[in-house]
Amino acid sequence: MNKVKWKNICEAKDKRPEVQAYHNWKELPPIPISFPIKGSIGTTGDWRTFKPVLNRETCTKCGICWMYCPEGTIVRNEEGEFEVDYVYCKGCGICAKECPTKSIEMERESGE
Amino acid sequence: MVSIKEALKDYQEEFFLAGNSTCAGCGLEIALRWAMKALGPNTSLVTPASCLNVVVGLWPKTASNFPFMNMAFAAGAAAATGVSAAFKAKAYRFPGKVWEKMTTLVFAGDGGTTDIGIQGLSGAAERNSNIIYCCYDNEAYMNTGIQRSSSTPHGAITTTTTLGKEQYKKNLPQIMAAHEIPYVATCSVSEPLDIFEKFKKAKSIEGCKYIHILASCPPGWGIASEDAVEIPRLAVKTGSWILYEIENGVITLSKKSKLLLDPSKRVPLIEYLSRQKRFSKISEKALIELQEQLDLQWIKIANEIKCQENLA
Amino acid sequence: MIDSQDDFIQERETKIIKGNEAAAYAAKSARVQVISAYPITPQTTVVEKLSEFVDNGEMPGTEYIKVESEHSVMASIVGASTAGTRTFTATSGQGLFYMYEMVHWAAGARLPIVTTIASRGPAPPWNIWADFTDIISCRDTGWMISFAANHQEIYDDILMSYKICEDYDILLPKFVAYGGFTLSHTSKPVTIEDQEVVDNFLPPLPDEKGWPHIFLDPERPMMHGNLIMPSGFYNEFRLKIHHTMLMAKDKIKKVTKEFESTFGRHYGNGLIQEYRINDADVAIINYGELAMQMEQAVDDLREEGYKVGSVKLRYLRPFPVEDIINVARKVKILGVADRATAFGSPTGGPVSSEVKTALYNSSVSTQVLPIIMGLGGREVSLEQQKNQLKALIKLKETGELPRDMIDGTFWDGLLEVE
Repeated sequence: MNKVKWKNICEAKDKRPEVQAYHNWKELPPIPISFPIKGSIGTTGDWRTFKPVLNRETCTKCGICWMYCPEGTIVRNEEGEFEVDYVYCKGCGICAKECPTKSIEMERESGE
Repeated sequence: MVSIKEALKDYQEEFFLAGNSTCAGCGLEIALRWAMKALGPNTSLVTPASCLNVVVGLWPKTASNFPFMNMAFAAGAAAATGVSAAFKAKAYRFPGKVWEKMTTLVFAGDGGTTDIGIQGLSGAAERNSNIIYCCYDNEAYMNTGIQRSSSTPHGAITTTTTLGKEQYKKNLPQIMAAHEIPYVATCSVSEPLDIFEKFKKAKSIEGCKYIHILASCPPGWGIASEDAVEIPRLAVKTGSWILYEIENGVITLSKKSKLLLDPSKRVPLIEYLSRQKRFSKISEKALIELQEQLDLQWIKIANEIKCQENLA
Repeated sequence: MIDSQDDFIQERETKIIKGNEAAAYAAKSARVQVISAYPITPQTTVVEKLSEFVDNGEMPGTEYIKVESEHSVMASIVGASTAGTRTFTATSGQGLFYMYEMVHWAAGARLPIVTTIASRGPAPPWNIWADFTDIISCRDTGWMISFAANHQEIYDDILMSYKICEDYDILLPKFVAYGGFTLSHTSKPVTIEDQEVVDNFLPPLPDEKGWPHIFLDPERPMMHGNLIMPSGFYNEFRLKIHHTMLMAKDKIKKVTKEFESTFGRHYGNGLIQEYRINDADVAIINYGELAMQMEQAVDDLREEGYKVGSVKLRYLRPFPVEDIINVARKVKILGVADRATAFGSPTGGPVSSEVKTALYNSSVSTQVLPIIMGLGGREVSLEQQKNQLKALIKLKETGELPRDMIDGTFWDGLLEVE
């Protein structure tokens, strides 16, 4: 673990460590402050029972799944196709329910 | 009104990062995601005790990619007033910097707004503090385990109203409109682009702005997570949740609610209530009372619009 | 950046003003940026005077928030301080109790807020006169607490407070308490210092970056106040608050010395002010304005040949353990006069309990006599304080305790109606 001098972590965004690590009370900053990071509670993809699978052929790229996804884990890549970030997708099923062309299937996770 | 294509082009940035501990299908998350897309990075958020406080994760990590301040339950609006005044004081000392452009946003639950936070909110509205106060209304104290709040509708089952709530839902948007603040709006998580537009408009107005979003809660409402958008949509379609804006006293119905001025276009209320387990014990009598109250609400709004048109 | 040297105009002048007005002048001299206030007797004239300053343009750039309750006062001050501005507020009694939740929050967030308290007795029944029980109820919140004993000290202590609180090694909020009506509404000459001299003494206003540990800056997004599990560092963060406050004792002494060399006014070592202790047989510790009257009582009794002394306690938090032990070492009997109550405590009086605790592990075996007097603003006359000293002398010579000893505490000045 790196020893973090607390004043440095408040300097600038790019000077922050990836994760604050302290050994004991003497190293702590005066108050607990948190920095933004994706996966703040962990890889929430592990929560899933069902996962959304997009059918590229019937997808009209309307963007409704992207609009409704609460987590923001449906993203549009450089080719203009929509894809799911399976590391964080919680499998709520809103995208499959709202898709106007029924191009998203909720498939049961294989359990691996 | 922005279209999905435009939003996809210009508003891709996510301010509430994935991998946080909101439930799957959380209505609050849809609301916050689109509110932040409209307001942009120069926003400082103050959150009184609510789900939002806790879902961001444990120290030292957070899911919020913008300045975020946790606050005690009753203190949301007052703390935001302080933050907004401090930005103004900083803008005086450091003119021409980001401090002049900072927006102060409060994202409070219905408990922290209609119950314990109402005094602070009323004070902030009377002072016309330069804040955007957003209440995401999941119609109970969801963070502490689904207890009733004054925003819980009549007949809903919660852990403290196990036979269904006797009292009716407090109409907070109308209370805020009575404060004569420059902007009051209601939204639903089934219309994210409508949320986007209303926050964009609120950002451009100086003074106290109030936005009330109906946010579904799958565990609290007894619905499947995939229905988290469908159910608030039904709330709008039945007319039980009306989407409108009141700008300087002038009320305008939003697109999805405007066509419901004609009662025949409204979906029967039972279709909205029967999909949620929290209304499973609702009696025939309560159903009739709710339908009557809904109709009365619409008559009031129709009358107000007619008055406005006559005066104009 | 606005050149802050030119816009607040104040030349050194001595005015006859009330204690509350002295507090307002101090906030103006300190160039506070955000004030949030709610009226309550006997603090009301602080907020009125500040309103006058802001409306007259004497405090350009200062934001004055007129909130709707005391809870909102502290909430808005916490918000403003988090955003990185120098803040000030004032309250009393019931108002302090109403903002109690936020008082804890401000200390936990380590915000350098200065608040003046015009102390009044807690209700019911209604009481608006001097009684420090309201500030005592905040002694475990993590705020530093000091008492002002005269009008000039109100002004001076507020200036010193900002210097102590805003030190980056301390960063703790602070109360300055003084008696309601006895100091708040009486008038005495107070020297308001020259703005340039004050600017050199005080630290500069927080810059764009705000405080080093907490900030609302879109360039550096952060969040404060996350949940921490019991297995996490919550325990240790609380330890840090206590430890920092004990470390603040040195800073308080340093700032008091610096204040004396800049402005010429002496306040003991900062934590306590001894008066004729060195050859005293007995002494009484007082806080608040009764400490000033006690010095007169000491002088009068010294002329009659009694060897008495007194101590003015300036700081309740951090508690000056070492200084109290030093005083106790010099005298045979130490009286502690509280103008507040701590119901159910070992002595009934908050400071007397703390003095006994401070002396416990030392080698000093001085007898401590707890005294409680003047609750709810009941007048404590010079004669009464002389009699307290005489009672201590009698206790030393004959071992006889004073008449009104109830449960081991001397309740002085109890009413007897024929």
